[in-house]
Amino acid sequence: MGKMKKILTTPIFNENPIAFQILGICSALAVTAKLETALVMSLAVTFVLAFSNLSVSLIRKHIPGSIRIIVEMTIIASLVIIADQIIKAFAYNISKQLSVYVGLIITNCIIMGRAEAFALKNPPWESFLDGIGNGLGYTVILLTVGFFRELIGSGKLLGFQVLPVYTEGGWYVPNGLFVLPPSAFFLIALIIWALRTWKPEQVQEG
Amino acid sequence: MSTDSTRKTIMVALGVCLVCSVLVSTAAVSLKSIQDRNRRLDKLRNILDAGNISYAAADIQKLFNEKIEADIIELQSGTILSEDDYTDLLSPEKFDIKAMAKNRRYNRNLTAGADLAQIRQIPKYMTVYWVREAGRVEKVILPIYGKGLWSTMYGFIALDSNGVTVQGFTFYEHGETPGLGGEVDNPAWKRSWIGKRICDAAGNLKIEVIKNKVNPADANAVHRIDGLSGATITTRGVNDLVRFWLGENGYGHFLERLWEGESPWAK
Repeated sequence: MGKMKKILTTPIFNENPIAFQILGICSALAVTAKLETALVMSLAVTFVLAFSNLSVSLIRKHIPGSIRIIVEMTIIASLVIIADQIIKAFAYNISKQLSVYVGLIITNCIIMGRAEAFALKNPPWESFLDGIGNGLGYTVILLTVGFFRELIGSGKLLGFQVLPVYTEGGWYVPNGLFVLPPSAFFLIALIIWALRTWKPEQVQEG
Repeated sequence: MSTDSTRKTIMVALGVCLVCSVLVSTAAVSLKSIQDRNRRLDKLRNILDAGNISYAAADIQKLFNEKIEADIIELQSGTILSEDDYTDLLSPEKFDIKAMAKNRRYNRNLTAGADLAQIRQIPKYMTVYWVREAGRVEKVILPIYGKGLWSTMYGFIALDSNGVTVQGFTFYEHGETPGLGGEVDNPAWKRSWIGKRICDAAGNLKIEVIKNKVNPADANAVHRIDGLSGATITTRGVNDLVRFWLGENGYGHFLERLWEGESPWAK
């Protein structure tokens, strides 16, 4: 059981896909202006990641080397379309805000990366857990970034006004930079800094 | 059989494609009705938005039925189509701009010179929405669309019942760059349309989205709207499509009737 737990929890802090492997930065910049979109995006990525790992692992002994990448892409693309359809059906407004970024999960390096690095070599259950673990790692970073961006950028959390904004008679002057994607770079950098101070073994000598 | 043999490769490829296509089509088909309903409600919401009617926590369909009345107008004459002439495709409930613009029976080709909004064909008919407040018609909401940078943008412009002053402006579907052209969704910018006059006293179309900020001292400031920074082509597209739809190939003839004080809703 210890091994399973390790597979699940390692990607959250020790080998976080965004903070340690520096993958999936694109969507982490694009959808974190609000906590709500970050949450839905995280769920979508975790879903795709877990099931693409599971499916690739299930047929790993049958995938011919010559079409390995194509097979993985087909599986990932199908899962992304399914996720997209579900979001369109049950969270229409959020799907409009996420626009192309759900479709772009296909090109999210974390998913391809885990399929190649883990699912091809490990049994289905472990691969599934690895997908969930990496999805959680992605989620932790997205939610942290989304929390600070929405709070500082618009004084809200999940759409509720937390800090009264001066345009509506409050005292808080929102920082417009945090609504824009570049702010996520700064936040992710700060998270990486904090994480590597806490766990110095993550520092890469270069 | 070796994993890398040609036969196995083809079999695996076919198998994966088959399973994936079944999954994808099942998801798409089974969720379609919910998605269509979302889209329809979203459109109603946008019409209410364009008419500046708040709908927080209200039953959208019910509110819509209470406040809004729809008519079909013929663009070239500007007249309202009698309900007796409604057909399967041509009624306010069924009206689908995209299908109409492609339907040879109901569309009209635009000449290159007239095609400001770059849409080539337009429907001969359009649906307009009257907003009633306490029994009186206060506003009229007109659907508009045209090319931006990446996409055709679909939206509404709301005018007062005299057809002169803008009362609301919104897009409900577009694929412009988020953060740049996508700022057509910015509430502050949409609000900046309210109160602008589409024409001068002589009835010349004057409304314009300009490239920079509007100078309030400008004599034409009442006709002008700020452009979106970083989105030159989207801004131009919005300008062109608004001018097209309010011009003689769009709602021009209909608007003239409103200006002349005819009450087309007095049926």
